[in-house]
Amino acid sequence: MNKIYLDYAATTPLHPEVLNAMLPYFSTEFGNPSSVHRFGQRADNAVETAREMIAALLSCHPHEVIFTSCGSESDNLALRGAAWAARVQRGAKHILISPVEHHAVSQTAEQLATLFGFVLEYLPVDEYGRVNPADVARLLREDTAIVSVIHANNEIGTINPIAEIGDICHARGVIFHSDSVQGAAHLPISVSALNVDLLSLGAHKFYGPKGVGALYVREGTRLHPSQTGGSQEFGLRAGTQNVPYIVGMAEAFNLAQSHQAAHQAQLSALRDHLIGTVLEEIPNVKLTGHPVERLPNHASFVFEGVDGNQLLAMLDVEGFACSSGSACKTGNPEPSGVLTALGLPRNWGLGSLRVTLGHDTTPEGVKSFLAVLPQLVERSRKINQG
Amino acid sequence: MSNQERRTFLKCAAPRKTMTKVVVAMSGGVDSSVTAALLKAQGYEVIGMMMRLWSEPGSEAENRCCTIDAMNLARRMAAQLDIPFYAVDAKDVFRSTVVQYFIDGYAEGITPNPCLLCNRRIRWEFLLQRALALGAEFMATGHYARLRTRDGEPATEAGLPSSVIGRIELLKAIDTHKDQSYVLHVLQQDQLNHALFPLGEYTKPEVRQMAREFGLPVAERADSQDLCFLGNGTYSDFLIRNIPDIAQSGPILNTADEELGRHNGLAFYTIGQRRGLGIAAPQPLYVVRKDIAHNALIVGKLEELGQNELHAHSVNWVAGAPPAGPIRAEIKIRYKARSAWGTVTPLKDGRAHIQFDENLRDITPGQAAVFYDGEICLGGGIIE
Repeated sequence: MNKIYLDYAATTPLHPEVLNAMLPYFSTEFGNPSSVHRFGQRADNAVETAREMIAALLSCHPHEVIFTSCGSESDNLALRGAAWAARVQRGAKHILISPVEHHAVSQTAEQLATLFGFVLEYLPVDEYGRVNPADVARLLREDTAIVSVIHANNEIGTINPIAEIGDICHARGVIFHSDSVQGAAHLPISVSALNVDLLSLGAHKFYGPKGVGALYVREGTRLHPSQTGGSQEFGLRAGTQNVPYIVGMAEAFNLAQSHQAAHQAQLSALRDHLIGTVLEEIPNVKLTGHPVERLPNHASFVFEGVDGNQLLAMLDVEGFACSSGSACKTGNPEPSGVLTALGLPRNWGLGSLRVTLGHDTTPEGVKSFLAVLPQLVERSRKINQG
Repeated sequence: MSNQERRTFLKCAAPRKTMTKVVVAMSGGVDSSVTAALLKAQGYEVIGMMMRLWSEPGSEAENRCCTIDAMNLARRMAAQLDIPFYAVDAKDVFRSTVVQYFIDGYAEGITPNPCLLCNRRIRWEFLLQRALALGAEFMATGHYARLRTRDGEPATEAGLPSSVIGRIELLKAIDTHKDQSYVLHVLQQDQLNHALFPLGEYTKPEVRQMAREFGLPVAERADSQDLCFLGNGTYSDFLIRNIPDIAQSGPILNTADEELGRHNGLAFYTIGQRRGLGIAAPQPLYVVRKDIAHNALIVGKLEELGQNELHAHSVNWVAGAPPAGPIRAEIKIRYKARSAWGTVTPLKDGRAHIQFDENLRDITPGQAAVFYDGEICLGGGIIE
């Protein structure tokens, strides 16, 4: 059976050009970038070239790009590093985040609160999961260490007004972080336009390899490293750099950003067709996330009275790989915190479906998906009633 | 067919022309893993499913996505067999039916068998519905039992359409030590029409051998024993936590109504029990019965123990209807009990009267009495 992959927000396949760029660094170019000799110099050159490529795409200085092992690590380093530094520097202890953050942000912030004495406060969001910049202005405190608001949400695709929030934070001298692991794969990313001090990226969302990410750190932003033991990455992230993956990340980010406008136009047309058809043909369905301010490849829904995991299983058997806001490989679903933050009741929140499009998505694939979805939703509803 | 021939056949069987979908209810154990491997080798399109069942809060990992080893193991087994695997959340329905039944039963003073209700309501109703919704024609489990159509064909190969009612017989497994027809006696024809029990044809050592031959890393895994939702604790700890008044001390009386000692809660004793009574007596004493109304535990000598009749309620007849009148049958009053001959008389309202040919020592209200005609499991009911 032809399997159709519609879960590009979970991960993407490696772009063949990216793989080619990586391959030499697994074999002949195996040096440690920190070594004195030529092997090391060549590896170091590869890492620094990658850093320059990414910096150019972000419109920042190369020394503002820190390579990490993934987007989650970038989030961890940003939150923990900035919170610790702000406390040491000026006794700050307040952390302000949105309720629709990726767990890499929210659980790090929760740990900072429970183990390290920080005070964690959540911003309100509207029915689309968007933060209102005025709320940031209202809730900022003298002792706020860091504000973190996700750029584009992974579950519901909503894009936040990052630049406006950044303005407010900067006017008050507070560090502003945004998780752009989803956003950077699809949106134009300029750190000066976005007004951020810290920005998290992960390569595998834009056809790069899993296991590598980056954190943009604006010059002058004080961070304490959470991984110590070496001077790599300007002392902010100890450990020998993962040279082939860093090379792959730069190559992939270059491809993604170079073709960003074309991909956005192509994907959003397919997305809009998909969303329109689902809303028209299936009763008791809601689009989750913002109708316009959303990722171009991202469609997400909740269906009343549907078991989301069961729907995913049915779709998988029919050959469609999708995701949900309560996805769990071990069958212990709870409506996600994000869907709960939107104010959805449990019997809606458990019936979530996320369909995310990508390079290999065709109009025919979307059409065949739309041909089976209504009956599967119907079937799932029947079982749950019985 | 010898077992060796059967295995060869299974491994060499040509793939079916149209792939029949079968859901295998997996557990991460040897039996369900071999079940999946066997059916795949037979040419079925196999889908693994596993239910996430309720366990007492605190006895499961805190992680929202449970880290329970069995679930991960089953998922890995499925990946090794290259079959899809889906977890199904059954926590709420399991808690509200099976666990509640267990708690209510003990609170009433009986000794319920929650596995029976789980088979009827959870595995062969809740999960079967979800298997059929995935487009499966059958659901298979790793139970040791066999199915046969009344004309003698093995039901597994006949692939009967669901319109054929009352035609499938439930038989004991080839391996009589492992036979699980006792817990399957609750199944009805519409469920059996979708059921496959491939392991009923094999002995447990053969199944372990097949697991090795299939390269399944669970081949040496120990069989599960206790009730799944109890975790590491004992059932008495569970009852104490969940039933406020369960540990109510009361008198231990002999059959002449003389108090010999104190018990610490009727639920913690079973009929026929000898050890752990804490009474010094010239000869061994056994739990003869429980007087729920007076919270008294009645003990007696071996010869005072036992009855030769019982009534059962909620009787299920596998064939779909009770026999016209009394029948002779072999009866098992517990999963591991030896069969005893007796006469089963169907009564009104799904009840039955069973007259045994001999005295039985441990007839326990709440357990099932299951009737057999040779290897055929006729049905059974709950001992009153």
